[in-house]
Amino acid sequence: MLTLRGALKTFGPVVALADGTIDLAAGEIHALVGENGAGKSTLVKILAGVHQPDAGEFLVAGQPVSFRNVADSKAAGISVIYQEPTLFPDLTVAENIFIGRQPKGRFGLISRVEMRRRAKELFDQLGVPIDPDRVAEGLSIADQQIIEIAKAISLDARVLVMDEPTAALSGVEVDRLFAVARRLRDAGSGILFISHRFDEVFGLCDRITVMRDGTYIATHETGATSVEAIVREMVGRDIDALFPKSETDVGDVVLKVSGLTRPGVFHDIDFEVRAGEIVALSGLVGAGRTEVARAVFGIDRYESGTVEMFGRQLRGKDPRAAIDAGIGFVPEDRRKQGLVMELSVERNAALTLRHSLAKFGLISGKAEREAAQTWGKRLQVKAGSPEHAVSTLSGGNQQKVVLAKWLATDPKLLIIDEPTRGIDVGTKSEVHRLISELAGRGIAILMISSELPEVLGMADRVLVMREGRITGRLDRSEATAETVMHAATASLEITR
Amino acid sequence: MSLDSKSAAPAHTTPGHGRPSALGSFLKLRELPVVLALVVLVAVTAAINPLFLSAQGIKDLLLNATILMILAVGQTLVIITRNVDLSVGSILGLVAFGTGSIFVAAPNLPIVAVFVLGMLFGAALGALNGLLITIAKVPALVITLGTLYIFRGISNAWAGGTQYFAGDRPDAFGNLSVDTFLGFPVITLIAVVVVAIVAVYMLGTRPGRDLYAIGSEPDAARLFGIPVQRRVLLAFVVNGLLAGLAGVLYASRFNSVGATTGSGLELDVVAAAVVGGVAIFGGSGTVFGAAIGALLLTTITSALTALRVDKFWQQAIVGILILAAVVIDRIASVRSARKLRIAEARNV
Amino acid sequence: MSDPSGAQTILPPEGPRPENGSPAKGRHMAATPGSTQQGVEKRPKQARAGKADTSKVLAVPKGRTGAARILLGRDAVMIYVLLVVVIYASIVIPRFASPVTVGFLLLDVIPTLLIALPMTLVIISGEIDLSVASIAGLTSALMGVLWQGGMNIGLVLVICVLAGLAAGAFNGVLIAYLGLPSLAVTIGTLALFRGLALVVIGDNAVANFPPGLTAFFTSKIGGTGIPTVMVGVVVLIIAFAVVLHFTPFGRGLFALGYSKEAATFVGIDVARSKFLLYLATGTVSALAGIYWTLRYSSARSDNASGLELAVIAAVLLGGVSIFGGKGSIPGVLAGVLLIGTINYALKLDRVSEVVLIIVTGSLLIISVVAPNIASAIKQARHSRRVRTAPLP
Repeated sequence: MLTLRGALKTFGPVVALADGTIDLAAGEIHALVGENGAGKSTLVKILAGVHQPDAGEFLVAGQPVSFRNVADSKAAGISVIYQEPTLFPDLTVAENIFIGRQPKGRFGLISRVEMRRRAKELFDQLGVPIDPDRVAEGLSIADQQIIEIAKAISLDARVLVMDEPTAALSGVEVDRLFAVARRLRDAGSGILFISHRFDEVFGLCDRITVMRDGTYIATHETGATSVEAIVREMVGRDIDALFPKSETDVGDVVLKVSGLTRPGVFHDIDFEVRAGEIVALSGLVGAGRTEVARAVFGIDRYESGTVEMFGRQLRGKDPRAAIDAGIGFVPEDRRKQGLVMELSVERNAALTLRHSLAKFGLISGKAEREAAQTWGKRLQVKAGSPEHAVSTLSGGNQQKVVLAKWLATDPKLLIIDEPTRGIDVGTKSEVHRLISELAGRGIAILMISSELPEVLGMADRVLVMREGRITGRLDRSEATAETVMHAATASLEITR
Repeated sequence: MSLDSKSAAPAHTTPGHGRPSALGSFLKLRELPVVLALVVLVAVTAAINPLFLSAQGIKDLLLNATILMILAVGQTLVIITRNVDLSVGSILGLVAFGTGSIFVAAPNLPIVAVFVLGMLFGAALGALNGLLITIAKVPALVITLGTLYIFRGISNAWAGGTQYFAGDRPDAFGNLSVDTFLGFPVITLIAVVVVAIVAVYMLGTRPGRDLYAIGSEPDAARLFGIPVQRRVLLAFVVNGLLAGLAGVLYASRFNSVGATTGSGLELDVVAAAVVGGVAIFGGSGTVFGAAIGALLLTTITSALTALRVDKFWQQAIVGILILAAVVIDRIASVRSARKLRIAEARNV
Repeated sequence: MSDPSGAQTILPPEGPRPENGSPAKGRHMAATPGSTQQGVEKRPKQARAGKADTSKVLAVPKGRTGAARILLGRDAVMIYVLLVVVIYASIVIPRFASPVTVGFLLLDVIPTLLIALPMTLVIISGEIDLSVASIAGLTSALMGVLWQGGMNIGLVLVICVLAGLAAGAFNGVLIAYLGLPSLAVTIGTLALFRGLALVVIGDNAVANFPPGLTAFFTSKIGGTGIPTVMVGVVVLIIAFAVVLHFTPFGRGLFALGYSKEAATFVGIDVARSKFLLYLATGTVSALAGIYWTLRYSSARSDNASGLELAVIAAVLLGGVSIFGGKGSIPGVLAGVLLIGTINYALKLDRVSEVVLIIVTGSLLIISVVAPNIASAIKQARHSRRVRTAPLP
């Protein structure tokens, strides 16, 4: 029902998409996989009418089309659900669904009653309880995606494109989303599903299309291929062990958290991280993992409990004190929290050093640049120039800049929240190897991850959180997908 | 009022009772504090000085508020789209002086034609703002700060030392500000009609709702295919049109119009909108609130006079009022954010 | 460390790896590393060119220092425009190039110049302060009343500066610690502080300041025509320039101007930084108010009214982004002086003073519109070229 062949898209000198090809049939869920930078997003934006291809063939229901804008694409029955939907926070849920085409009542004015009724109908159809009258501000990402899907259904979309919808969802939310997707497929829609998670791709999709370097590689029936084969096609080479775990000697206690509590968010959090140890904080999204990390680093305040570095208590709500005590924090949202996207690579890399670089209170530009480049070079950050805005770098290289700026401070403890979110397979293993090496050098690592393979592959110990409490403490030998998931979902506490 | 909007959802399934409690949504209105403040102010003042609510007192009150009200309504449209128009005072000045000039140049022109000309003139100036902002994609604050100076400079050059006085204009025109209909001054009725029309437009039409969407999340609006530039341009044109109307009414209401007419008004107008619950960063607020905000700001001045408060205190009190509005708005949003957080936590 | 595939270890034991060790994928055109001659002007264009992820591993340090960067950067445009205007005016307008001109021009721009300094920092940090002129007015009123009340002039000045500090602290608490929008808050304090000025002095005017003091404020250094007070102003300029461009605090301001959240994550105390900025605007506004009072030898409640917009216009003209994160003190200096010079030159040329604000407004608009129009045209030309390429 939708065919794109040989689509070309360039931005100035950069070829974003060389051969965008996809063939989506009615009543199937079709996966599109590829490394970051493989051109998936560009392809999606062409389908969405955001970008216009420079060349290529584009058919919808057998008819050639050429979208000038998003509205054209919508009119052709294509709806795109982005990883983080952008709703209008001040408008109600119902209005978010119907904006621009609100049902009209008397005198040609918008009928709110009718709008609310239709929204309710859509949510009933999807089997989700969302109040159409609440404003969108404060909705979880999962609910926002459901609203986007409701919008797509109300638009009578025959093609639904989901761009990494599960990246920020917890297990339960993923299941709910997949149930909705299957229901839509069975009703005859074509769904294009983009994901980095192979378990989802293989569990949900009927066919898989692989892209690499802006070019179409192949399409497979899911049953007739394997994860290894797909990864090989994505990377263009065999990938070695995804999780290079090196045995390290665990040293003294670096971080000790006792009784950390913030009512309603997390309760009685106790744990230690030792030098050279990788401790993973696992659990479903919303279990309070990131909140604990933020409190430890001093971003948010906590009501009671203590955070100690090498036995010395840290002041709460003071990131500067945490940094001075030797903590580095690689946050979950690279674009908003990890980097100042508009600032240059070198300014970003030196931002953590601004105090240590200053002589008599003054910073020399030269010293700043050299400091920035030392770690940039060692981590092989690829940038056009250190003066370019960090936003011009690829996701993997941006993550390296974040790591570089913390490594430059010679941290004793590195908190890494979702180390590989939005990073392609190739760079992913590079980041994993780097984390292992850092631990090998005696840095204590506290890692938060929603990817179970990452947790199991990397961690020396796994702490599992559920509803703001630590419900499982597992050694590397005990940690399996089953034990971790059990602690994350069931009420039984597993301890050793 | 339910703490948890999600758990409240099942209640909505009863057909015909889709609306949450009327009292609840009334208490959530952003306009509520300003309405209350106005009621209290009027009540207290009237209790101390009964003359304040005499027919003449009310008439003066409304007359004083009319022009600011119209300007605040126009400004609200612009602010809701996450923009601002600082040039309204200058637009008003230009149009007011233009109105004076028209009556001198063509004394027999029908008054309606003068209104139309003045509003078109204002709309053209607003369109200039809007075009510069949407085509060059430059922040409105900067552009309208520039046009504030340019329009004022033009009116300085045009007027020089000239002033037009009430005597230069037909009596029928000046009478608009004197005559009453059912006890209301005619120009106030014009303002009320304007508020009503714009309010219906903003609440009940798709382009009106688009303006909220644009201010709420400009990127999403663009991605969604809302014609952002056209809508923003529209907001500026309407704002210019209303500033033009205010300019004509200014010429009717006040004795003299000259080069400096309306200078410094821009911040009062923004203040009226803010006091009326319009979020300074767009996306929420209503023209009704802004109109009440304008009424409150002007009423304070009259009330302080009626209460024999030292007139020098007036401006300081206006300042405190603006700050109070900002603080109240923040407290309200913090409270609703906390509520949402609790709701989220329960649903984990 | 085990490394079965023989790929490189990421952390070499010491020293940088040779650049060709990077796994070049060879599909992207490498962006030309900016050479010194190329100038910083090229940066935005390249930045927009999309995510060319492979270009090269971070290059060797290039020898461009802070000063050279500023001179080659976009901020510098204003400095060159200023120079051109000064030279042109000196040639075309007979009486322009004279000590008298320098003197009056500087005396006129000092209030704007003073307030523009902290305002630059405030706007770079992503906020705004509309109450500055009202603080100046309040200070002026206070000064008049206290002096008339018989207080020692030294004490009067100290109290005035403290009043400015307090006014700034009031703004700062509301904006930095309560997190209220600065645009709305300072519209409120604009009215409040001006109102307090009225409360303090009413519609009186105080003029009998010590003649020695008022004379000092209009005196010139020898025959240069440069006002004596410029010495103090220059000290402040240098202080603000150093703070913004060469201190950890300044680095933090740029970062938080772009992203408060990201700034928090590197340990920048956003609230404290902003609070300090508002203390600075309050204090400097008080200095401007004192200067205004003594220069015109008149303390009135409406002194310096409307100055806030003139200051912001000059700051934006000087290349500071209203969205925060971008700007420089040299650029702002050029912006302030450019407006002052053009106005003064036109005045000498008998252009009516009241009409001159057209120039200010037009300059402001042109300075922000021109770069955008230029890039829009470039964009349009590019997309037209692409569009005309035949679709198969």
